[in-house]
Amino acid sequence: MNHLDLNTIWFVLVGVLFTGYAVLDGFDLGIGALHLFTRKDEERRIMLNSIGPVWDGNEVWLVTGGGALFAAFPNVYATVFSGFYLAFVLLLFALIFRAVAIEFRSKQPMRWWRQMWDIGFAAGSIVSALLIGVALGNIAEGIPIDANGEFAGSFLGLLKPYPLLIGITTVALFMMHGAIYGVMKTEGALHDKLRGWATNSIIFFVICAATTTMVTLLYVPHMAGQIKNHPWLFSISLANMLSIANIPREFHRGNDWLAFLSSCATMATLMMLFGIDQYPNLVFSQPNPENSLNIYNAASSQKTLGIMLIIACVGVPIVLAYTACIYWIFRGKVKMDRMSY
Amino acid sequence: MDVLTLSRIQFGLTIGFHYIYPPLSIGLGMMLVIMEGCWLKTKNPVYHQMAKFWTNVFALTFALGVATGIVMEFEFGTNWATYSRYVGDVFGSALAAEGIFAFFLESGFLAVLLFGWDKVSRKVHFFSTCMVCLGAHFSAVWITVANSFMQTPAGFHIVGQGMHARAEITDFWALVFSPSSMDRLFHTLCGAWATGAFLVISVSAFYLLKKKYEDFARRSLRIGLVVALIACVLQAISGDISARGVAKHQPAKLAAFEGLYNTESNAPLALVGYVDEPDHKVVGLEAPGLLSFLVYHNPHATVEGLDDIPPQDRPPVESCFLFFHGMVAIGFLLLFIAILGCFFVWRNKLMENRWLLWIMVFSVLGPEIANQFGWFAAEVGRQPWIVYGLLRTPDGLSAVVRANTVLTSLILFTFIYFLLFWVFVYLLNHKIQHGPHPDDLVPHGKLALPENLIQYQ
Ligand code: HDD
Ligand code: HEM
Ligand code: HEM
Repeated sequence: MNHLDLNTIWFVLVGVLFTGYAVLDGFDLGIGALHLFTRKDEERRIMLNSIGPVWDGNEVWLVTGGGALFAAFPNVYATVFSGFYLAFVLLLFALIFRAVAIEFRSKQPMRWWRQMWDIGFAAGSIVSALLIGVALGNIAEGIPIDANGEFAGSFLGLLKPYPLLIGITTVALFMMHGAIYGVMKTEGALHDKLRGWATNSIIFFVICAATTTMVTLLYVPHMAGQIKNHPWLFSISLANMLSIANIPREFHRGNDWLAFLSSCATMATLMMLFGIDQYPNLVFSQPNPENSLNIYNAASSQKTLGIMLIIACVGVPIVLAYTACIYWIFRGKVKMDRMSY
Repeated sequence: MDVLTLSRIQFGLTIGFHYIYPPLSIGLGMMLVIMEGCWLKTKNPVYHQMAKFWTNVFALTFALGVATGIVMEFEFGTNWATYSRYVGDVFGSALAAEGIFAFFLESGFLAVLLFGWDKVSRKVHFFSTCMVCLGAHFSAVWITVANSFMQTPAGFHIVGQGMHARAEITDFWALVFSPSSMDRLFHTLCGAWATGAFLVISVSAFYLLKKKYEDFARRSLRIGLVVALIACVLQAISGDISARGVAKHQPAKLAAFEGLYNTESNAPLALVGYVDEPDHKVVGLEAPGLLSFLVYHNPHATVEGLDDIPPQDRPPVESCFLFFHGMVAIGFLLLFIAILGCFFVWRNKLMENRWLLWIMVFSVLGPEIANQFGWFAAEVGRQPWIVYGLLRTPDGLSAVVRANTVLTSLILFTFIYFLLFWVFVYLLNHKIQHGPHPDDLVPHGKLALPENLIQYQ
C-alpha cells in the first residue's frame, strides 16, 4: 500500500459505498428482523415508521455501490453476479418483498393482509442480511475462478460453513444495530421491550463476532496476511474490538446515541479489516490464487476511473449534505399521523 | 429453450414490468410540481388537497419502481456478464452517475414530500417536491444515455481482441451526447409526461362521471388536459426527429419499423397493415412517397430496404413493424383525445359529452401501452446486436449460467411480478375509490403557518 493510484482510490470508494450501505440499511434490516417479535399492530406500525422516511434512501447506497462496482471493476461485477446467480436472485426477491411490504401493509386493515406483509417484511429483511453476509464470506474465504476469470463453482458450493457463519454474524450485527436504533426512535412500552431485545442481540452479536474471529484466524489464515506484514494495521483491529466493547458499555449507561455510533464504528472497522485483508485483490481465487481478480486486472481504464472520481467528488458531498438535512428533519421519536404507514 | 432465449425473455419481462412505473413517477412528479405550485400561488386549498392525493398515488408507483429497478441493475451482471465486461468501462459510469445524481436525490427528498407535510414549511416542501421530480427526470437522463450507447455507440475505442476485447471511453461528453441520446431522451420524457397527465385525466374523468369530488376533479382534469396536449404535440415532433435519427444511424431498424424490403425512392409509408414476411412485402394501406418525405423531406429520396442488408444483420421485421405502428397509432389517438378534451373544457361542454369522459377513464392505458411498444420496437429493432454494430446479442451472455438456472429465476420473476401487479392495481383502485381526503382542504402543521400570517395582512 505504498502508492495511491486511481485503482486504489476506487477500491476504497467502493468500500465506502458498501460501508455506507451496511451502516444505514443495516438498521432497516435489523428493524425488519425484529419486526415479528412485536405483537400489537400499533407497535408494528411504530417499528415501520421509525424507518419509514429513510429506508429507501438507504437502499440507494446498495444500488450506487453496485453501479460503482460495475463501472470501476466490471470484471468483478460480471464474475460475481453471474457466478452467484441464484444467490443474487434470492437477494432480489428478498429486497422486493421488503420494499413492497413496507408500502402495502398499511393500506388495508384486515388482519390476514397485515400478517402476510409483516411476514414478508421480516423474512425479506432476515434473508437479505443473511445472503449479503454469505456473499461476503465467500469472497473472504476465496471462490474458485478459472483462467478466463469466470466463476467455476456451484450455487450449493456457496453455502459452506465459513460463509454461513459470516451470514449469521451479519444478521446478528444488523439486529443489534436495528434494536439500538429502535430504542432511540421509540418511547413507552415498546421502548422498554426494544431495550431488552437490544441487550440480547448485543450478546448474540458478541458471541458471533468472537467465533468468527477465531475461525478466521484458524481456518482462513490468508485473511490476516496483511496485518502480519504491516503490524501498524493492528490498530484497526484494536479499534474494532474497542468499539464492540463500547456498545454494551454506553448502552447500559443509557447513552443510546453513543452506543449507536459505536455500532456504526464496529461496522466501519469490520469493513476496513475486510478491505485491508483483501487488498489488492477484490475476489480471491481459491484454489488457484493466480486467477484472483485484483484492482488492476479487473479495473476499467484510467480515463473512466478519473471521470468517475470527478462525478463522485461533485455528487457525494451534495448527497451527504441533504441526507444529513433529511435525517435532521426526521430526528426524534416516531410520531404517527395520517400520512404514516 | 436455451440460455439465450430465456435470458432475453427474462430481460424483456423484467424491464417491461419496471417500465410500467417510472413513466408514472416521472409524469406524476411533474404534475405534483404544477399542483403544489398552483397552491402556493393561488392559496386555494383544493390544490393542497390535490397535491396530497396525488402524492399518495406517487408513493405507490415509486415503491414498485424501486423494487423492480434493483432487479435491472443486478441483471446486467447476472445474465449478461460478457456484455458487462465489454461495456463496463463506458456504460458503468452512466449507471453510477444515475445512482449518485438521480436516485439519491429522488429517494432522499421523497421522505420530505411524503412524511414532511407537518414538519417543514411550504417553501421547503415545494422545494422537496421539485427535487423529487428532478431526480426522476435525471434517472431517465442517465439510463437513456446508457441505452443510447447500445444503440449508437460513440466516444469510445475498442481495446484487446477476441474474448478480451472491450470498449474503453475516449470522450465522456461524446458518449453523453451520442447521436441518438438527446432525441430519445426528449421523446422518452414526453412519453412519461403524457403518462402522468393521462393518469390524472383518467381518475378525474371517473370522479366527474360518478359526480364525486367535482371541484377537485374539474381542476385536476384541466391541469391534466393541458399537460397532455403539450406532451402529445411534443411527442409527435420528437418522434419524427427520432425516426430520422434511426434512418441515419440504424437503417436496418427503420426498414424493419416500416417493413420496407426493397431499397426505393418514393418509399411508401404503411398507414395500416401487417408484414407478410415470407413474401417480403407489406399488406395494407400505403401512402406512396411519404416515408421518403418524412425521413429526408423529399418524396423522391431513396430509403434503404432490408434486402440490401445481410440476412444475419436483420432484426425481426413483423414484431418491429407492429410495435412501431402500434405506438404511432396510439400517439395520434391520444393527441386527438387531448385536443377534444381541451376544446370541450374551453367551451364548457365536457359534462354533456359523457362518451368522451368514458374514453378518458381508460385513456391512461394509451401512454402505458405506447411506452412499452416504443421500447420494444427500439430494442427488438436493435437486434441482432446487443451493442449496435459491435457485439452480437448471443455473445453478450454470461458464460457460466445454465438454462435451468435462468428458467428457475424466470418462473419466479413471472410469478412474483404477477402478484405485485395484482396488488398494485388493487391498491390503486382502493385509493381512487377512497378519493381525496376532506381534511386536506385545511393544511395543518407548519404548512398552515403562512395561512395564519395572511389573516394579519
Ligand atoms: C407515450 C408514449 C409514446 C408515444 C405516444 C409515442 N412514442 Fe415513440 N417511443 C416512446 C414512447 C412513445 C418511448 C417508450 O419513449 C421510446 C422507446 C425508446 C425511446 O427512446 O423512446 C419510443 C421510441 C420511438 C422511436 C425509436 C427510437 C430509437 O429506436 O432510437 C421512434 C422512431 C418513435 N418513437 C417515433 C414515434 C412517433 C413518430 C410517434 C407518433 C406520435 C410516437 N413515437 C409516439
Ligand atoms: C424501459 C424500457 C425498455 C424496454 C421495454 C426494453 C425491452 C427490451 C426487450 C424486449 C429486450 C429483448 C429484445 C430481444 O431479445 O429481442 C431487451 C433487451 C435488452 N435491453 Fe432493453 N428495454 C428497455 C430499456 C433498456 C435500457 C434503458 C437498457 C440499458 C440501459 C436496456 C438494455 C438491454 C439489454 C442489455 C438487453 C439484452 C440484450 C438484448 O436482447 O439485446 N434496455 N430490452
Ligand atoms: C435496464 C435499465 C434500467 C436499470 C438498470 C434501472 C435501474 C433502476 C433502479 C436500481 C431503480 C431503483 C432506484 C431506487 O432505489 O431509488 C430504478 C428506479 C427508477 N427507474 Fe429505472 N432502471 C432501468 C430502466 C429505466 C428506464 C428506461 C427509465 C426511464 C426512462 C427508468 C427510470 C426510473 C425511475 C424514474 C426510477 C425511480 C423509481 C420510480 O420512479 O418508479 N428506469 N431504476
